Amino acid sequence: MARRAAIIATGQTRHASRRRDVNIVELIHEAVRACLEDAGMRPADIDGVVIGNMEHFEGVYNADLWAVDGVGSLLKHSMKVTTGGTTGASVAHAGFYHVASGLFDTVLCIGWEKQSDGDTTAGLIFQSDPLFERGNMAGAIGTFALAANEYMQKFGITEEQAALVAVKNRGNACLNPHAHLRKAITVEDVLASRVLARPIKLLDMCPTSDGACAVIVASEQVAKKKSPNRPAWFKALATRHDQPFNADLPMLIGMRTLTEAAREAYAQAGITNPRKEIDVAELYEPCTFAELSWYEALGFCEPGGGGRLVESGATQLGGELPVNPSGGVISTNCIGATAMIRVAEAALQVMGKAGDRQVPGARLALATGFGGSWWSEVTILGAEESP
Amino acid sequence: MTERLLDVTVNTRYPYRYSCGTIASEFFAALRDEKKILGRKCPACGRVYIPPRPVCGPCWSPTTEWVEIGPQGVLECFTVVTFTFLDPMTGRTRPVPYGYGMIRLDGSQARFQHFLEESDPGKLRVGLRVEAVFAPERKGSLSDIQHFRIVE
Repeated sequence: MARRAAIIATGQTRHASRRRDVNIVELIHEAVRACLEDAGMRPADIDGVVIGNMEHFEGVYNADLWAVDGVGSLLKHSMKVTTGGTTGASVAHAGFYHVASGLFDTVLCIGWEKQSDGDTTAGLIFQSDPLFERGNMAGAIGTFALAANEYMQKFGITEEQAALVAVKNRGNACLNPHAHLRKAITVEDVLASRVLARPIKLLDMCPTSDGACAVIVASEQVAKKKSPNRPAWFKALATRHDQPFNADLPMLIGMRTLTEAAREAYAQAGITNPRKEIDVAELYEPCTFAELSWYEALGFCEPGGGGRLVESGATQLGGELPVNPSGGVISTNCIGATAMIRVAEAALQVMGKAGDRQVPGARLALATGFGGSWWSEVTILGAEESP
Repeated sequence: MTERLLDVTVNTRYPYRYSCGTIASEFFAALRDEKKILGRKCPACGRVYIPPRPVCGPCWSPTTEWVEIGPQGVLECFTVVTFTFLDPMTGRTRPVPYGYGMIRLDGSQARFQHFLEESDPGKLRVGLRVEAVFAPERKGSLSDIQHFRIVE
């Protein structure tokens, strides 16, 4: 039987398109130090470390070893997890499994990426199949352009509806001191921005960022005795992978992995009406169109209803179910950290520590990770322990 | 004043050579030698896979039969790429604009992802019939199909 576990502390770096003031290890250290300070802990209080990024982005494969001093993992249990865009969520899930197993009480989880050290689109192409997909794919931008084209065609979603996602999230980012892009934009700005791959325009797409994020997952005993924060208890977590090629999927953006992961997570958490019961969601939205589709996959609205849902204002701060109060991935995207930032921001909401972006009284928060060949991870955190 | 924050630049030529394996080798050889597109059929569910593979994931059944598919099909979604980026396949910037899309080849349920000859988005639409154009010199790789062109 799994033990209860909670996130008791979070730490994030300053995120920017290029952090020339730090190298990889210094960047990781910045998040770790912030997280340990948030917990009131020192490395001696940590039993184990899970760390992850997308190695081929930087072209360095042993950062987990180089970073031992910066992480505080000297002579400790440590493992690396890399699952693509979902990496940060996978790292947090691995942290949960460490603690839930009963073998560890405090696990430091770190996701990081220094994207400016490499080339993101080249890295993403390199992640795909060398025989069949690398030759014509154009990174996340090209793939999401195909997906958005299909999504618009199938459901009549408009570029204006998608633009509302960018306007909302970039507006929210202005409230988040950690966000990379902190400048409010309008629908007109989005529509007039440079076309990258039709229908995806510059302001529909996430940036590339340098940054790291860390959380501490603790056992019930540690969470109750030592946590200076209100613990954010794991209520549910699920992950789903799809078949390997775009060619295999009935619809690209339809995201059956997210539908299935959400179904399992809702069952674990006893959620029957996600839109009513969940207080806040942090979604891994690589582009505007994706957030609309993720609403549908998560059951926040009916299939094809994503555009109308964002138009209704329900997902704005102050709305029925605020989505991405942090500003989301469209505002900050250090890929190996991105899915962990979703988890950390969900934890901050449950802790009541989200500052100007706090959803008042948030008790139940959902975070998603997106990556690889349309993989999904869902994490649900709550203010109350599971029975 | 001299720059205080420094970078170290690495421009390594780092070649890879990927084994195609038995199944993909047969697929590429058929492209090269016969200008044929072959799908691999699952005997349990009947799905014809492209890219071909030795096992059907949902059925966990070994695929047993080659089926000729295409060379025509239906364009199910597309884009025209207009941003420039480093192509890790060549080490150079990939030329833009270029069209690419997902094509449901006749005889297969799968949607083959490949280049389109047309790069004017005004002339592309979902549902168009397209057909494979083979490269004049073929080497046994996916680029033996140059692109797909619109069938008049």
